[in-house]
Amino acid sequence: MRILMKTILSSIVLLCSAPGFSQPDFDNIDIHTLKVRNNIYMLVGAGGNITAQVGDDGILIVDTQYAEMSDKILAALQEISGGAALRYIINTHVHGDHVGGNVNLARSGATISGGNMRRDVTGQSAAIIAHESVLLRLTTTDAGSTMDVDGWPTSSYFEGKKDIYFNGEGVRIMHQPRAHTDGDSIVYFRKSDVIATGDVYRTDAYPFIDIATGGTIQGFLNAAQAIIDQIIPVYGQDGGTLVIPGHGRLSDFGDVLNWREMLTIIHDRVKDLKDQGLSLEEVLEAKPSLDYDPRYGDSERFITAVYQTL
Amino acid sequence: MCKSRPYLPHLLLFFLSACYVTTASAQTNLGGVWLADYTEDRGDRIPGPALGDYGGLPLNDANRLRAQSWSASLLGLPEYQCRVHPSDYAHSFNNINLREERDPRTLELIAIHLEHFTWQTRRVIWMDGREHPPEYAAHTSMGFSTGEWLGHKLKVTTTHLKEGWLRRNGVARSDQASVTEYFIRHGNLLVWTVIVDDPVYLEEPIIRNRNYNYSTEVQILTYPCESVIEIVHEPGYIPHYLPGNTPYLFEFADSYNIPHQATLGGAATMYPEYRKFLLDLPSPSTTQNQE
Repeated sequence: MRILMKTILSSIVLLCSAPGFSQPDFDNIDIHTLKVRNNIYMLVGAGGNITAQVGDDGILIVDTQYAEMSDKILAALQEISGGAALRYIINTHVHGDHVGGNVNLARSGATISGGNMRRDVTGQSAAIIAHESVLLRLTTTDAGSTMDVDGWPTSSYFEGKKDIYFNGEGVRIMHQPRAHTDGDSIVYFRKSDVIATGDVYRTDAYPFIDIATGGTIQGFLNAAQAIIDQIIPVYGQDGGTLVIPGHGRLSDFGDVLNWREMLTIIHDRVKDLKDQGLSLEEVLEAKPSLDYDPRYGDSERFITAVYQTL
Repeated sequence: MCKSRPYLPHLLLFFLSACYVTTASAQTNLGGVWLADYTEDRGDRIPGPALGDYGGLPLNDANRLRAQSWSASLLGLPEYQCRVHPSDYAHSFNNINLREERDPRTLELIAIHLEHFTWQTRRVIWMDGREHPPEYAAHTSMGFSTGEWLGHKLKVTTTHLKEGWLRRNGVARSDQASVTEYFIRHGNLLVWTVIVDDPVYLEEPIIRNRNYNYSTEVQILTYPCESVIEIVHEPGYIPHYLPGNTPYLFEFADSYNIPHQATLGGAATMYPEYRKFLLDLPSPSTTQNQE
């Protein structure tokens, strides 16, 4: 019971570190599973989308949503995998709606270990991979993190990328510096030709540039370009490389192009106004995102962050 | 009297058969190649709209800014060169092929396949009563379409569209739009009505009709596209105009002596009553004479 309480508490703390995400009504939210391609699935529920890769080696997932959703997520994983073990968790960034289920889900699984590779002498759990900035933030208790050690991404990486080979395909984890946060990763499943982006790309709202954790508009633009650089579209641009966003619907080349176009145009307008000497209040009054607001919603937080990180 | 009894079941069977035949014949056969007839909006379709001409489109303020910021140079970028016309716009161009897909055993209509010559895009209109996908499913340029017969008319509902365009001079149609279509066959003439409802970028739905003629002599050809780098740019370069800096915006209005306001679009410009309103607007020549 104490462990459960601690888990829930930690997810609440992390949730608070990601302004803009209101507390969902977990009891009334189900996990919906969408087969993306081959053995890749997209799990939609509360918080960020989960990408699941299943196969003979077990299960690899990207992100874990909230702790309160863990039982439902595990049930969904059981269903699509036929009861395989969870081996790897990859966190795209530090926010609570993406790492909140780390503890529960990691404890439910077991990484493959042996010889000189022992994850933990006290017990088995799935390995958690993330950029080292995520680990640093989750272990910095004086900054408010209370996540149990079992939820820490101790298999962190600190260079540009990390590769693993799992279920018969190469999985490339690529750091996107200072975009949504300072620890963003996108995950490319090379054989299935699917990219899980985390929150550097979403379809349901304007980008959230979390300045407190190192996010910038230029990082967002770079990340959009990095995703596009990995994509090879099919004729007509419907299909080819598929993209699972941090939030929203399954996408492909054309969708990410539209996203980059929106980011660039608003960036250029805000920069132009700022270069003219306009204050933030004056820029907001000029409505530089008027043409995209009906699609992406309230832009004040986004425009403010663009202005502040130019 | 007794002799007539054996005929009753036969009579009943006859009426039931007649009902079945009537139902089946209500499903018009749309199959075959149809040739586009450019009798409506020709200038808008071929050669295409002028820059800054949004007249007759019910676009809202957001879409107007979007269009006025658009630069045709965007189409020169490799990643934009092979973008296909979305299904709600493709009906304005060239020939199509409609083909029925039926269950080989029961001959029930499963789907109607629609192939456009332009961009060689293919649509599937599902006729088997299936549900539309959930919102988190992928959107495509053709969207997800289901059809139903209303008498001899085919009604098609399309969702899950990618962002597209309503006029190829920068007027956008969002990925939140839904489209209702009617295919009505009159012998060798097909009337295809497309109604676009876009809560993001339109003040009202826009309705367009296109006519097609049945052909027994034409085939749908291939339409390949390969992107090339025409001008070298930095990665991520997106050509566009900052608000208020778009050149040629009123070139069209000035050349035809049309009041500038009339070319800005909006729901009011769709209706005949707008002509009266036009009379009170200053035309470019009047403005120039005053200057």
